[in-house]
Amino acid sequence: MEKWPNNKAWLLVLPVFVIVAFSAIIPLMTVINYSVQDIFGPGQSLFVGTEWYRQMLGDYRLHEALWRQFLFSGLVLLIEMPLGILIALAMPKKGWGVPACLVTIALPLLIPWNTIGTIWIIFTRPDIGLFGAGMNNLLGIPFDHTARLLDAWITVMLMEVWHWTPLVALLAYAGLRAIPEAYYQAARIDGASAWSTFVYIQLPKMRGVLTIAFLLRFMDSFLIYAEPFVLTGGGPGNSTTFLSIYLVKIALLQFDLGPGGAFSLIYFVIVLLFSFIFYQALQRVGKGEKA
Amino acid sequence: MARVELNEVAHSYLPKPKQPSDYALKRIHNVWEDGTACALLGPSGCGKTTLLNIVSGLLVPSRGRVLYDGKDVTASPPEKRNIAQVFQFPVLYDTMSVFNNLAFPLRNRGMGETQVKERVLEIAEILDLTPFLQKRAAGLAADAKQKISLGRGLVRSDVAAILFDEPLTVIDPQMKWHLRRKLKEIHEQLRLTFIYVTHDQVEALTFADQVAVMFEGEIVQIGSPQDLFENPEHRFVGYFIGSPGMNFLECTVEGTVAQVDGTSIVLNEETAAKASKAKGKLEVGIRPMYLEVHAESADNRVEAKVRMVEDLGSYKIVTLKLAGNTLKASLPEDQPVPEGRAWLAFPLQWTRLFDDGWLIK
Repeated sequence: MEKWPNNKAWLLVLPVFVIVAFSAIIPLMTVINYSVQDIFGPGQSLFVGTEWYRQMLGDYRLHEALWRQFLFSGLVLLIEMPLGILIALAMPKKGWGVPACLVTIALPLLIPWNTIGTIWIIFTRPDIGLFGAGMNNLLGIPFDHTARLLDAWITVMLMEVWHWTPLVALLAYAGLRAIPEAYYQAARIDGASAWSTFVYIQLPKMRGVLTIAFLLRFMDSFLIYAEPFVLTGGGPGNSTTFLSIYLVKIALLQFDLGPGGAFSLIYFVIVLLFSFIFYQALQRVGKGEKA
Repeated sequence: MARVELNEVAHSYLPKPKQPSDYALKRIHNVWEDGTACALLGPSGCGKTTLLNIVSGLLVPSRGRVLYDGKDVTASPPEKRNIAQVFQFPVLYDTMSVFNNLAFPLRNRGMGETQVKERVLEIAEILDLTPFLQKRAAGLAADAKQKISLGRGLVRSDVAAILFDEPLTVIDPQMKWHLRRKLKEIHEQLRLTFIYVTHDQVEALTFADQVAVMFEGEIVQIGSPQDLFENPEHRFVGYFIGSPGMNFLECTVEGTVAQVDGTSIVLNEETAAKASKAKGKLEVGIRPMYLEVHAESADNRVEAKVRMVEDLGSYKIVTLKLAGNTLKASLPEDQPVPEGRAWLAFPLQWTRLFDDGWLIK
């Protein structure tokens, strides 16, 4: 590769580097610092090496939270991706229905996350909530997300799907609208069924936006905190204690900064690793040389 | 294969068209005989693509009927019409191999795999696509992609006509020439009805046996390339075909002479007689290559000023000023161009008269 004689341009990158340093690198270094020390109080600390890492990796409650987290993110992707695509396919293509649909669908995305938790607490309350009271009194199905594990999960899933499917739908809709009309015309002329048109034209053409939607939904759902914290507080028992809820418990409520730091880094590496794997896998889908 | 007939077709994109300007296609009444290569030539926005989409069934015309071999197909959707269409941009099924792309229309129609294979290999051979069959279609060059689009039409043995909507737009100039020849070859080999839409006169004139020139939603003239060049029936055909286009001079007719800003141009007697009945704006028209430029004055020559000479290598284009009008003449490379002043002669058989844009004949 050719070398540039003048390297002054690097200086222009400096401001960004400084900002990133303050916003990401320095906090991260602090976390790394905590994760290898036992901190007794201000100015009193002891270097412990990898002890916190070993402790956290062996913590059965972290294991439980991790599997819970995978189950949650898996369900989120399994439900939200197809549902989002379906909604996008059903949306009108032109006329007044387009802005009406877009705004209506985007509404849940505009609500603060804590408020979402509060909305769903009220919505599912067995005594006064439309959903909760409806289930208990009208349909006669006992439903209480504060008492029963399955109900808690159903409520968290419903809330998550209601909150974030719109993002997938909007991205998928943008992808669909970007397909030139000629593709549909060619498909009609070739006698393609609606299903073939979906599989061979719409889905491949949406791949870019769907990859983004998939990664965003994976990362966000894997890091979810505010909504389940407000809604269930991690209960009943520990049944909805996801990784970040457990992390906050350790680091801020028990004030175990060392284990908390180690946990944070493990968490970070898991998210990074899976995002990378998914990205690589999604880039390869449909790119094989097979006939 | 089929004879494609358009019977009093008109189309408007508005739900309730009222005046003529609401129509994208005003009135098209035309027959394309079986096995001909036809071009639809016209500027952007003249209704070419609309007309093509009506033929293919992607659009149902507001009025009139479309007939294939005498059978009314106006209401049939494209998949029922046995036509194929090649679009401006290559349309491919990105995730499929070239083979599967070509096989797609056949498989959709439930053909057996052995027949599919036979047919695809046959067409791939014609289109020189055999070496690429197992490759993914998405990775190929634009001209190969366009060949695949064409191939998807050709594989169907029952195909009635193949429609091309400016298929060479995205192809490099070098490959354009190559692909155009390939199309011509395929046409000669398979004798299918080809309808080819373009705004490029060279493409239309070299490809087609028969060219229909469209202007503002109407077909103004149909004919062989030579016909369109020598006998333009409408001002637009004269202007659009040929490079540079035909010269037009506004005039009044007195006896057998056309008066253009005080200079007289002698006309054919028969034409001049008919011109006396004309009501619209009269114009004299002559092709640049038929306009004679001389250095000396003589009978029936009119004086003009030479403004500019462009040497294009094999011929020269001379820009002249005749009274208030600008004229262009194309001269053979070896003919000297007089400087400053020149005398123009308008040969009788090439001097035409137009009434409100339409040829007086």
